[in-house]
Amino acid sequence: MNAIYGLYNTPDAAQRAFDGLRAQGLPTRGISIMSSEPLEEWEFASHDHETVMPWIAVIGGGLGLTVAYLLTAITQEVWPINTGGMPIVTNWTNIIVMFELTMLGAVLATVFTLFMTARLPRKLPQLYDPAISNGRILIGVANPQDSQLDGIERVLVSTNAEIVRKLG
Amino acid sequence: MADRLASDLLRPVFQTTGKFYALVAVLGGIVLCGAAAWGYQLYYGFGVTGYNWPVYWALHETNFVFWIGISHAGTLISAILRLVNATWRRPVTRCAEIITAFALMIGAMFPIIHLGRPWLAFFLIPYPSERGIWPNYRSPLVWDFFAINTYLLSSLLFLALPMIPDFALIRDRAAGLRKKVYSLLSMGWQGTPKQWHRLESAMHIMALAILPIAVSVHTIVSFDFSMAVVPMWHSTIFGPYFVAGAIFSGIAALIVVMALLRKALHLEAYLLPLHFENLGKLLLLMSLLWGYFVFNERLTVWYGNSPHEMNVFWSTQTGDFAPFFWTMVLCNFVIPFPLLAIKKLRSISTAVIASCCVVAGMWLERFLIIVPSLARKSTSYSWGTYTPEWTEIIIMVASFAAMALLYVLVSKLVPIISIWELKVGEHPKSKVPAVVREEETTAAGELL
Repeated sequence: MNAIYGLYNTPDAAQRAFDGLRAQGLPTRGISIMSSEPLEEWEFASHDHETVMPWIAVIGGGLGLTVAYLLTAITQEVWPINTGGMPIVTNWTNIIVMFELTMLGAVLATVFTLFMTARLPRKLPQLYDPAISNGRILIGVANPQDSQLDGIERVLVSTNAEIVRKLG
Repeated sequence: MADRLASDLLRPVFQTTGKFYALVAVLGGIVLCGAAAWGYQLYYGFGVTGYNWPVYWALHETNFVFWIGISHAGTLISAILRLVNATWRRPVTRCAEIITAFALMIGAMFPIIHLGRPWLAFFLIPYPSERGIWPNYRSPLVWDFFAINTYLLSSLLFLALPMIPDFALIRDRAAGLRKKVYSLLSMGWQGTPKQWHRLESAMHIMALAILPIAVSVHTIVSFDFSMAVVPMWHSTIFGPYFVAGAIFSGIAALIVVMALLRKALHLEAYLLPLHFENLGKLLLLMSLLWGYFVFNERLTVWYGNSPHEMNVFWSTQTGDFAPFFWTMVLCNFVIPFPLLAIKKLRSISTAVIASCCVVAGMWLERFLIIVPSLARKSTSYSWGTYTPEWTEIIIMVASFAAMALLYVLVSKLVPIISIWELKVGEHPKSKVPAVVREEETTAAGELL
């Protein structure tokens, strides 16, 4: 993998680098950003907000509800208890099981969506620097075109990157 | 700043002192004694305990309800504070969520400990079998199975997900085997804006989902009692009464744990007097709410004047159980109220004293809900009494030691305060308006 990145001490410096790279014609999605904390107050880290996670949670809840209804109702029909004329399928009491499994379905669907969308778990990609854990912010470009490389490096250096590194 | 935070909060993970090993040895020893007492109970049968007709639910059930109540310290409080965006929550949430996970595990052990033949515990799992054991969805014990497991699983995920970025911090600082372990635990976390946003969205949704789950868990635990036509159990107030009591004892436990962690891990710069004051105010509110519920419950029984219920009522007001009842009132209301309400008296020490009283008081409350009602059942020929034997007492003490041991061990594995959440709390407000750029029109398939 080819990559070039700079490490920044402050979000303001990282923002300048981000603006500079965009001015070079790089699309926002082509710029890699990594930090040890969410920096949503800064524009460079505030994209990628749209998500259908809440809807998937709702679908997960619906699936949980369906499973719970089938589990309770079918089992009560197949292995009936002698209820002395009372209903065999007792929806009032089954509501409790249905509620729990609905919520469990929603929670599991949320976690599943998180893992899928954040691409976890996976092997730590090459474009990463342990200095991020010391509070540095990584701004870089993965697999840049050769014609872009000099311009990117110039931006990273001119925006006071603490370190500029090339991979590959 | 980031370096200072990380070095302060990761110090317990990377540095191990002799005190740690000594504490693990002592606590581990007590837990082993508890395991031995359980083994003794298993070998010789329930005759070695104080359980006897008609009191077949006693100390183990008290501990079950108590620990499930304590579990409300964490995830529920953390979820509420997260949803209302209480910024002071940041150093508190993980301490609280850890309590939930361990308290639920310990609490869920007690129904199994109570079984004479725990190797048949799988009978509790509602699956159909041809041996005449029906999955009875009408039973509150089956509801417990679903509620407790849902809450436990949700709480573990709610605790574990925000740990991933902190695992990545440890991964980047560690070497050797530790690095390999934390590389696995951090799952390749990089800290891209997308990952951060998805994590925060997931936490928000889970907080919304966990609130009703937490309320349902203790309501369902209360159904274990209120669904039975036993004097002073068969009450519609039990659901909210149990939930309020659980949150009350949970906050108290959280304050005690936070004070211990503050001292032991030198977290004075992070767990501030403000946190204790705010939690103290919540504790005060819950103390008042608890008093309100107790008054309601007692007044209704007294006014109704049903002979069966009055037998239980008077046994707790002036009879055998009266010393426990009035100690409970002292611990849950009389002592905490002035300590937490009078501004001049408010301090970390008084919050801890009040909390210790509440933890003891709430344990007594659980005991008083369970035992007197069984000891004074409807017909006087079925009256009895209960005195715990050493086996139950040792198992109970061991459960407290197990909680402490698990906490000590987990403080070696993860930072007890979420580092990244603390860093977010130190950001200047609204540096640049967060604008989602027009050019970022994404196809539906990419939304994920």
